Amino acid sequence: MTAPRLSAVDVARRVARDIPDGSYVNLGIGLPTLVADVVGPDKEIVYHSENGVLGMGPAPAPGEEDPELINAGKQPVTLLPGGAFCHHTDAFVMMRGGHIDVSVLGAFQVAENGDLANWATDEAALPPAVGGAMDLAVGARQVLVVTTHTTRDGRPKLLPRCTYPLTAAAVVDRVYTDLAVLDVSPGGFVVREVAPGVTPEALQAVTGARLTFAPDLTVVRPD
Amino acid sequence: MIDKRVATLADAVAGVADGSTVLVGGFGNSGVPVELVHALLEQGAGDLTVVTNNAGSGESDVAALIRERRVRKIICSYPRSAGSVWFEKFWRAGEIELELVPQGTLSERMRAAGAGLGGFFTPTGADSLLAEGKEVRVLDGRRQVFERPLPADVALVKADRADRWGNLVYRTAARNFGPTMATAAALTVVQVREFVELGALDPEAVVTPGIFVDRVVQVAP
Repeated sequence: MTAPRLSAVDVARRVARDIPDGSYVNLGIGLPTLVADVVGPDKEIVYHSENGVLGMGPAPAPGEEDPELINAGKQPVTLLPGGAFCHHTDAFVMMRGGHIDVSVLGAFQVAENGDLANWATDEAALPPAVGGAMDLAVGARQVLVVTTHTTRDGRPKLLPRCTYPLTAAAVVDRVYTDLAVLDVSPGGFVVREVAPGVTPEALQAVTGARLTFAPDLTVVRPD
Repeated sequence: MIDKRVATLADAVAGVADGSTVLVGGFGNSGVPVELVHALLEQGAGDLTVVTNNAGSGESDVAALIRERRVRKIICSYPRSAGSVWFEKFWRAGEIELELVPQGTLSERMRAAGAGLGGFFTPTGADSLLAEGKEVRVLDGRRQVFERPLPADVALVKADRADRWGNLVYRTAARNFGPTMATAAALTVVQVREFVELGALDPEAVVTPGIFVDRVVQVAP
């Protein structure tokens, strides 16, 4: 693979384009949080945090942090006008009860049937930790995954079947990587868009699952 | 006359028995009833089952309870965080039991306990390792796992203000598990920043009605 990969911000921009105005959105920790920084000002998006914040705003200015007003990643945030606090059970009612329109999650692996593995690897040295990953994966109306196309050492993350422990089965709708945008369909991954300079053959070579290419395949426009 | 206020942190945690299940509020460092947990450490109860979202960090609160070998088992969603060194040390040595629960299921199991339910089915975790040994049924076309309530002997909660009836309001995201935990324990103990006169809290804005609260202690910020 010699074509340059999309930057994390470019991938975030591409995800942001798919989030409709007026959506209630939960962004996972890591790559997904970048999406909030690049959503255009023409859209009003309500961000949800699992610890009871609805209408979450950006990080406060230095010196303005409130140690108790944090996001799921435990970083200081702000509350926008119109925002509200709720208790944990209600915050998870929003997630588990199908009230969140879009959940953007990171992943270790995604399978061609939409299975998601994003909470545990096969590493036994660290205690297991799950947080709200499983609740978000089963409860949101739409589950979008943002991930690098391969691991740091070049192994594919898009597979026929996940080898890591599952977070949830058959939940992923769309995957955005640094090489492509792919839909999960009943027939497996359908590539909708590829990064500039990436050929179908090159993409297939770094993907574990068999790919189908959409007849109207286009090049990713990050803006 | 009802007066749930107690004078000292020692009074607040008096009588907590060895072997108790203790709910501890907080998410990361937000809303953790640090002073109550330290009072429990001082009080001396051991062989505890602690239910909390994280497993403490550094040398404070739940981490201190673990360090002093008071915790037999921890039930939580995310024990691994920056500085959770005492939990990790004991877990590696096999000296603390861990029951890992998806965060929403953790919260809902406590809600079920508080609401007098026998349990509930949820799709969360149904296809994961965390459903092992539990009943799974297909309901409404989805695989769902049966989860049992999680009642406790004691809940330790941090709120912002209280009156003598134990009505509570919270502050920003420090509310987190507090209102649910307050319903799920036989003894709910709350630390607040400020006491106010009965009638001074806006009844439209009370988050935890006093019926769920047994003791309240003031901790100066």
